[in-house]
Amino acid sequence: MSQTYLSYNNIISSLGFTTAQNIENISLGNSGIEKVDDKKVLQTPFYSSLIKTDQLDTAFQKLGNSIDFTRLEKMMFLSLNDVLEQSNLEITAKTGLIISTTKGNVDVLDTNSKFPKERAYLAELGKQIQQFFGFKNEAIVVSNACVSGILAVSVAKRMITSGVYDDVLIASGDIVSEFILSGFQSFQAISDAPCRPFSKNRTGINIGEAAAAILVTSQKENLSPDALEILGDGSCNDANHISGPSRTGEGLYRSIQSALKEAMIETSTIDYISAHGTATNYNDEMEAIAFNRMELGDVPVNSLKGYYGHTLGASGLLETIVGMQSLFNNTLYTSYGFDELGVSQSINVIKENTKKPLQTFLKTASGFGGCNTAVIFKKVH
Amino acid sequence: MKIENYISNYCHIRNNTVSVNGELIFKEDSNSEFADFSKKGYKQLNLSYSKFFKMDNLSKLAFLGAEYVLNATKIDADDNVAIVLTNRASSLDTDRKHQGSIQDKESYYPSPAVFVYTLPNITIGEISIKHQLKSENAFFIFDAFNADFLHAYASSLLEKEKAESVLCGWVDYDGEAYDCFMYMISKKGQRKHTTNELKNLYKNKD
Repeated sequence: MSQTYLSYNNIISSLGFTTAQNIENISLGNSGIEKVDDKKVLQTPFYSSLIKTDQLDTAFQKLGNSIDFTRLEKMMFLSLNDVLEQSNLEITAKTGLIISTTKGNVDVLDTNSKFPKERAYLAELGKQIQQFFGFKNEAIVVSNACVSGILAVSVAKRMITSGVYDDVLIASGDIVSEFILSGFQSFQAISDAPCRPFSKNRTGINIGEAAAAILVTSQKENLSPDALEILGDGSCNDANHISGPSRTGEGLYRSIQSALKEAMIETSTIDYISAHGTATNYNDEMEAIAFNRMELGDVPVNSLKGYYGHTLGASGLLETIVGMQSLFNNTLYTSYGFDELGVSQSINVIKENTKKPLQTFLKTASGFGGCNTAVIFKKVH
Repeated sequence: MKIENYISNYCHIRNNTVSVNGELIFKEDSNSEFADFSKKGYKQLNLSYSKFFKMDNLSKLAFLGAEYVLNATKIDADDNVAIVLTNRASSLDTDRKHQGSIQDKESYYPSPAVFVYTLPNITIGEISIKHQLKSENAFFIFDAFNADFLHAYASSLLEKEKAESVLCGWVDYDGEAYDCFMYMISKKGQRKHTTNELKNLYKNKD
């Protein structure tokens, strides 16, 4: 049976337009979260990690005319373009395209948007990307709330393993919009300060924006230096509540179990967990419970939401790419914003950048609709 | 050896008509709106499940489709039934509603009860809660019913033993236009799980 690997990758965020720039900022302890006062998006000031529009438009000039594309399209095109350039991949009939997004171009529903309303259809976003880069296959759009980015990795692996594709390119992205902020604010989930995942004094989430892209491949030749093998994955539902996680972490627990079973490894071999860690009370507590049920309470864990905020459909992939760099650099990165443990079960939150030999890591995510995803990766080189 | 899988039961909900395995269950006149039609479906199924009335139209449609298929299949809560749903319009029907509540700053009334339905996979959450399915699940968007993808993805879940059976479907709600085709892939049945069979069943006008 064929193996599948994560290879060339890119992150477009407030911390840079390449994976390397993002990692440099993370290792220096720079967060992209700032106070934003923009009445067009939200009546009250909020904390967010935003991409500078002038930088985005300048960078996009090499690909096309800025006014023809939405903000999200520009981010996703740039991200995917970087991966295609790095990998030199020839797009064939056996190359798949997966788009991961929670809300896509939902901002065009605003009556003030100059783009046609059809652009809000996610398949339309898929078509834009497919046509621009000349993919032969229709895009598979994964829209599964906040697990979309990591679920896309799992879907890519499944489609490669079953022989549908040899290679899959994943492009993920979401933007900060009034649509999203007003909704999360109506849930009273938005923090009035920079977010503090797993901390005693956490007060909710920050929403951020980012795009991330990656090549998932069955070809062991020509892998990137930071490549990882995908060992196992699982995406199980809580079957508990549509807008709150299970108090016992049931779906996440089952997802990790499913991934471990497929990976055929013991929990003790996991060196690092890249958690979801949104900094809401319920999410962080649920994760601590699920990790402890799996006897993963001692494994170093971080949430990257303190650097980026919650970047929705991009977050799972973005955080996986940072995890790749963590393994490549044998460095555990600080869980930014963490002070004092604020969950009922003990977990080993990373307090400072730490050099350590790392082989295997677990990425998890959870979201509305009771969805959860867990994927386990191992170093190739 | 490759194990054969089967389409054990299926359901269509379209044009104010519900049919299961090609047999008409009930029909409303074509002028009736989805709100009334879905309520009739709820009554026809003899349900007593108040959460149904809080759902948005997309979730109601998916929920009813799942009820009919799962009733015909008779599953237990500890059966490992995965859910894989697809559509074209995602949650746009409710997205437009949420946008309407924030468009005018003079009458700004975003509501969590609406906002939570601005995700297509909430449909899967609703079905999972009702039937206590703590199993593999995913929602995908395509331009049109994609038999090739659904076939490949459901097959991979069964082959990798991620599930024992898979509830699959196309559940689209856009404006007043809706279309639901749901089916169960199991180890036993009469119809082989092939893309051609799926394409034929999807087109079924019954």
